[in-house]
Amino acid sequence: MRVFIGVIGLYLVVALALPLGLMLGKSLQGPKDEFIGLANYVRYFSTPALFQSIGNSLWVSVLSTVITVPAAFFYAYALTRSRMPLRGLFKSVALVPILVPSLLPGLALVYLFGNQGLIKGALFGHSIYGPIGIVMAEAFTTFPHALLIILAALALADARLYEAAVALRASRPRIFWTVTLPGARYGLISATFVVFTTVITDFGAPKVIGGQYNVLATDVYKQVIGQQNFQMGAVVSVILLVPAIFAFMVDRAVRRRQVALLSARAVPYEPRPQRGFDLVMLAYCVAVGVGILSIVAVSQFAALVKFFPYNLTLTWAHYDFDQKGGGGWASYGNSIRLALLTGVVGTFAVFVGAYLVEKARGFALGRGLFHFLAMLPMAVPGLVLGLAYIFFFNAPANPLNGLYRTMTILVINTIVHFYTVGHLTALTALRQMDPEFETVSASLKQPFYRTFWRVTVPVCLPSTLDIAIYMFVNAMTTVSGVVFIYGPKTELASIAVLNMDDTGEIASAAAMAMMIFYTNVGARGLHLLLARWLERRTQAWRRR
Amino acid sequence: MTTPTRPPYLRIQSLTKKFGGFTALDNISLEIAEGEFVCFLGPSGCGKTTLLRAIAGLDIQTTGRIEQNGRDISALPASRRDFGIVFQSYALFPNLTAAKNVAYGLENTRAKRAEVARRVRELLDMIGLGAHGAKYPAQLSGGQQQRVALARALATSPGLLLLDEPLSALDAKVRVHLRHEVKQLQRRLRVTTIMVTHDQEEALTMADRIVVMNLGAIEQIGTPLEIYREPASPFVADFIGVMNFVAATVVRDGAVRLGRIELACEADGFAPGTEVTLAIRPEDILVQDAPGSQPNTLRARVEAVAFLGSFFRADLVGEAMDGVLLRADLSVDLVRRLGIAEKSTLSLLLPRERIRIYPGSTVHR
Repeated sequence: MRVFIGVIGLYLVVALALPLGLMLGKSLQGPKDEFIGLANYVRYFSTPALFQSIGNSLWVSVLSTVITVPAAFFYAYALTRSRMPLRGLFKSVALVPILVPSLLPGLALVYLFGNQGLIKGALFGHSIYGPIGIVMAEAFTTFPHALLIILAALALADARLYEAAVALRASRPRIFWTVTLPGARYGLISATFVVFTTVITDFGAPKVIGGQYNVLATDVYKQVIGQQNFQMGAVVSVILLVPAIFAFMVDRAVRRRQVALLSARAVPYEPRPQRGFDLVMLAYCVAVGVGILSIVAVSQFAALVKFFPYNLTLTWAHYDFDQKGGGGWASYGNSIRLALLTGVVGTFAVFVGAYLVEKARGFALGRGLFHFLAMLPMAVPGLVLGLAYIFFFNAPANPLNGLYRTMTILVINTIVHFYTVGHLTALTALRQMDPEFETVSASLKQPFYRTFWRVTVPVCLPSTLDIAIYMFVNAMTTVSGVVFIYGPKTELASIAVLNMDDTGEIASAAAMAMMIFYTNVGARGLHLLLARWLERRTQAWRRR
Repeated sequence: MTTPTRPPYLRIQSLTKKFGGFTALDNISLEIAEGEFVCFLGPSGCGKTTLLRAIAGLDIQTTGRIEQNGRDISALPASRRDFGIVFQSYALFPNLTAAKNVAYGLENTRAKRAEVARRVRELLDMIGLGAHGAKYPAQLSGGQQQRVALARALATSPGLLLLDEPLSALDAKVRVHLRHEVKQLQRRLRVTTIMVTHDQEEALTMADRIVVMNLGAIEQIGTPLEIYREPASPFVADFIGVMNFVAATVVRDGAVRLGRIELACEADGFAPGTEVTLAIRPEDILVQDAPGSQPNTLRARVEAVAFLGSFFRADLVGEAMDGVLLRADLSVDLVRRLGIAEKSTLSLLLPRERIRIYPGSTVHR
């Protein structure tokens, strides 16, 4: 078992710890790799054009959080506490943003509110290029993440608490303030930090719609790609790591407390129909749902017409990717390959790793270290990880140098980038299994790997499928993790969206972004069918 | 019981287990004969499960030695020891049928497929689930699941069967029924068995010998009758069955004073005037039809009577006993015959040989 922990642990060290460490070192070096102490940092903080971005980043992050979390809370409240119709449909609609790259809302906003936008007037003369656009795009992107966390928190409600409150003649608002909100408070805090971190580390939205409004993430990109100033890129990356790690640590502490809130004796809450309340909630969900879908619809429509919104003649011209900059249809094929490889290899690595952390006996220090490494990617923004990869894999002295700009390194990077969520999913599934399975097997003289294949894997199959689809979808949409390390032969669809937007081919960028969306919808559908089929074939034991 | 001619099947010597600064097992020594059914009994946290897990090799002891069948197994991992184990949670593999669960330890042993199938059928028949082999654990009742777990543990014919609170998760009726079945099965197979339990009734009805544990140490080892009749310490007396504890003072060898009454008992070796604790079980307190003049009789008033189905339990206050409360079990017949009710006055006899004396005046409860 130690050998297995060693192999996957080594992977995390090479693909995560060493590059990050090297990047920290790089931020202390001059242009000729000489050690110059904190000189880079001093220069950063004495250049207003640079350090202004910190304030900008904080401003859009706070604003997005303040808008998104309450919006997601009331959406979740409507889904769990009302009897409005079509709750399942509304949940699916709210999850749509997960399936698109974070560049897409920016493109759609340009079409709606840009200089030649359809409803430009709605901004009363303000420009969409800048904080307004960023915040709107981020609200779209982060909404489903916040929603899922808050939904989970609200789903934990104990009906008995509500019955007790009603028996004590508490009014509806009082019940809301004394039962509902406290019950969901950890979920709210967690959602707040997740949204904040996602926004401050996101690169897609500010790149497309940020205009001259600089934020930390775009600064990293500009320093590295625009000015080839890798040292300063490293400095900005380190600064970007600070809020991300802080938010990550607070979130971990909060989540740990939420577990204690769960009581095995809780009775699930079943809302009763209330005409007026249900109607208000329905209206709200319709408004949010229309907003989300219109972003996607505008992108698709613009991709299919000659020049939105002035010439609405239908055309396939924007899909002729091979004639545009950005890698053409080959990049789409590359993305599918990356997503499939990440889904398969990543799920295997994540699941085996989680199994070893959870089930191995002894070797506590090694397992603890491994768990830490597995949790770390959550706190590392994709851009930072990507830049660290340049330093590590592009170094001539590195024997792994040959991997640079290959599909292999993209897979390695993407697995690490999305490792944590998969790790946690796998841990949850493994913890639901009787801890004595391994003991029984040992007493029956069976090797651990036999129990792993005969029992652990089959029982955890639904969760492994969840991890696989999560890896697939994220590999399709990610930009920030791979933008520094793709090569001329490994261009990806999401990168093509970025590059075509850069060269002004916005309609083609939207078309490609929508290709990613449809691919992910298809993958989700396939995942659903496969899960159903497997449940019938291999999960018969779950039925009583 | 251990016979001097045959070495014990399992020998535990000076076993100590520490978790950080906490001593979970403190210098435990114990011998178990082949074919014996031994229960580790004690309150939660007494170390009984830790001891079982040390024997299984799941939590290796800090110091001490364990020998099984003459072989030193102290340092062996669980997979290299010879035992079968059943847990309270059953730990049945949920995705395998009952038959597959039972077969789990048999496959891979180079046994022929037909041979394995025959053995599985035999085991399932043995536990009375011959018709349920194709069912998944979730489709079986709790009692059935526990029997499958038992069959799985016995499939490889281990020399030692370890049962970790195997019946605790079951309904009361099923539990009583399974107690009997497990005991029968153990007798038939003559497999050396250790069962951990916190249920004294379970231990008394199933075990050949009981090891009573408290705070990581052994309080007493003995047959169920010995443990019940002659508890070695107030802890054992209190933990098993119901016991009256009363503070008393030694008058001389064979007599103690309780309030204004002198009681004859087997109290030897205490200096006169020593504070002791007198213990007697409620069912050992006898009610006499007419006030007698024998020794160890006293008059008491009934404070309360509780009907417990097959008998009554009465709270009695002795007249000359400074308000000390005694609980006595009275048969339904006796209560009816003497018309016993609250405020009745009774003549009690505390039989000399039923009284136990413990040093110290700390009265339990």
